Amino acid sequence: MTLAGFGTLAVAACLFAPLVGSTHIDLGRAFDRSIPYADNIDAQIFFVARLPRVLAAALVGSALALSGVVFQALLRNPLASPDTLGVSAGASLGAMMAITFNLDFSLLGISAVPLASFAGSMGALTIVYGLSAARRRGTSTMVLLLGGVTLHALLSAVIAFVQYLADFTQTFRNVRWLMGSLDVASYSPLAAALVPMVVAWAGFATLPRVLDLISVGSDSAAARGVNVQGAERVALVSASLATGAAVSLAGPVSFVGIIVPHLVRLIVGADHRLVLPASALFGAAFLIGCDLVARTIIAPLELPVGIVTAIVGGPVFLWLLFRRA
Amino acid sequence: MLRAIDVSFTYARRRASAQRVLDRVSLEVERGTVVGLLGPNGSGKTTLLRLVSGVMQPESGRVSIDDRPIEALTRRELARRIAVVPQETQTTFDFSVIDMVLMGRYPHLGAFELEGAADQAIAREALAATGTANFATRPFATLSGGEKQRVVIASALAQASDMLLLDEPTAALDLGYQLEITGLLRRLNLERGTTMIVSTHDLNLAAALCERIVLLKEGRVIAQGSTKDTLTAENIRVLYDVDADVQFHSRAGHLTVVPIARSH
Repeated sequence: MTLAGFGTLAVAACLFAPLVGSTHIDLGRAFDRSIPYADNIDAQIFFVARLPRVLAAALVGSALALSGVVFQALLRNPLASPDTLGVSAGASLGAMMAITFNLDFSLLGISAVPLASFAGSMGALTIVYGLSAARRRGTSTMVLLLGGVTLHALLSAVIAFVQYLADFTQTFRNVRWLMGSLDVASYSPLAAALVPMVVAWAGFATLPRVLDLISVGSDSAAARGVNVQGAERVALVSASLATGAAVSLAGPVSFVGIIVPHLVRLIVGADHRLVLPASALFGAAFLIGCDLVARTIIAPLELPVGIVTAIVGGPVFLWLLFRRA
Repeated sequence: MLRAIDVSFTYARRRASAQRVLDRVSLEVERGTVVGLLGPNGSGKTTLLRLVSGVMQPESGRVSIDDRPIEALTRRELARRIAVVPQETQTTFDFSVIDMVLMGRYPHLGAFELEGAADQAIAREALAATGTANFATRPFATLSGGEKQRVVIASALAQASDMLLLDEPTAALDLGYQLEITGLLRRLNLERGTTMIVSTHDLNLAAALCERIVLLKEGRVIAQGSTKDTLTAENIRVLYDVDADVQFHSRAGHLTVVPIARSH
């Protein structure tokens, strides 16, 4: 029931967001099959100019929200997310290096930037895995978060170093990219990001009930028949694949992985069989909404969406932090 | 019957700091009995429970249930035989009491199967058995320590295993809740014949609840047998270096232990 609500919201966002922009278009005309596509300006603007960006927002939003849910359950900490654990920063570093050093190769049709971004998030994943193993041995939540913050700062310094080596035009590109921007104007980057995301979704699909049990305690989950180590591996690999894909598409869009799962839990409760799909749908709608604000608030200029999510997300994060303390 | 034969375990086996926590420990638990596991901190009680529940594998030795080695059972099969109650349970997310109890049904459900009416009924029955039915819909995090522990026991009952392993189930509770949980466990054993292994530092809880007692010190069993024969002043001195008075208390109906002083 609630899932249907979130689904409707996501679909409505996908249909409504492309209508907004410098040229007014009409949804009915865009979907009017009686007008030949070549003559249908509305359809061209809808499907070619605006829909890719909206779909990119949907993919990125849902991937970051799902990763956030998974990290929070595994580490038993509602403040864990791709940003706070440094996974986003790892992915950014990978992508940055590919941009700065003009790496030009591709593998299975995926180009250098997304590949480097996965490599970066995988590297950060290794560290997160170490953190979660430490969690099992009883390391406190605060230590984990501080570890994540430290990793984030460290990787940011390396990113700054790489930037320093870059020339002027590259630096401009890098800075824009690091702000988190959904400047996607065709379907091919979407297709490239979709491959790892589908793999990640398949992984996430096996997890909901297991995450419920692990979030209560890994020993008690094991005593109830959960293969805890196996589930942790699936969860961490899926979450870093999803984060890597999202970052390669849009740069590090921050706070989505914290705000969305939290709001969703307020509505649907704690059960991951609802939280996981609802977060995917709401994450998509949320980022489409933020991008809509970013595109329109100082039109004709377009803000990077990362600025909007950070301005919304920072205060929400602080509120969460102090409400718990 | 649950049987552990000569089980040993070492944490961080490959490091210089490796320490043998259990050294050839053997244990037999008959169906329907309550066995107490006593020993000082670091004596290996928790490790033994983790080996018996199959959460960890022993370095050497065997654990079997009804003469079947537990490695031959799948995780889910094992969870349908043995349920575990930890010392303390904290939830990160806002699960309700009934949510917590329904998690006990996990080993009975298929990978993508939702809890059905039968599972709901089993969960409600477990709530009733632990006296927690009237706060089924409350958030687990808002309960008191004793209420939480009763709900966790209900969750273990919903798992429908015939054996409960309890790791210091009253350690985090005040006196009133300690007695409440002790009474609940005794009632479950009498009414349902639930087999239990209870690790505890509370000698009076062990005296009240357990038919048999196993004493662990530095990873070895130093004595085991009926509570009457094992819970003696002499054994307590060996176990804890404490001089204690052990007497039958007629109003309590069991042995009571009064610690007097540290003995050196």
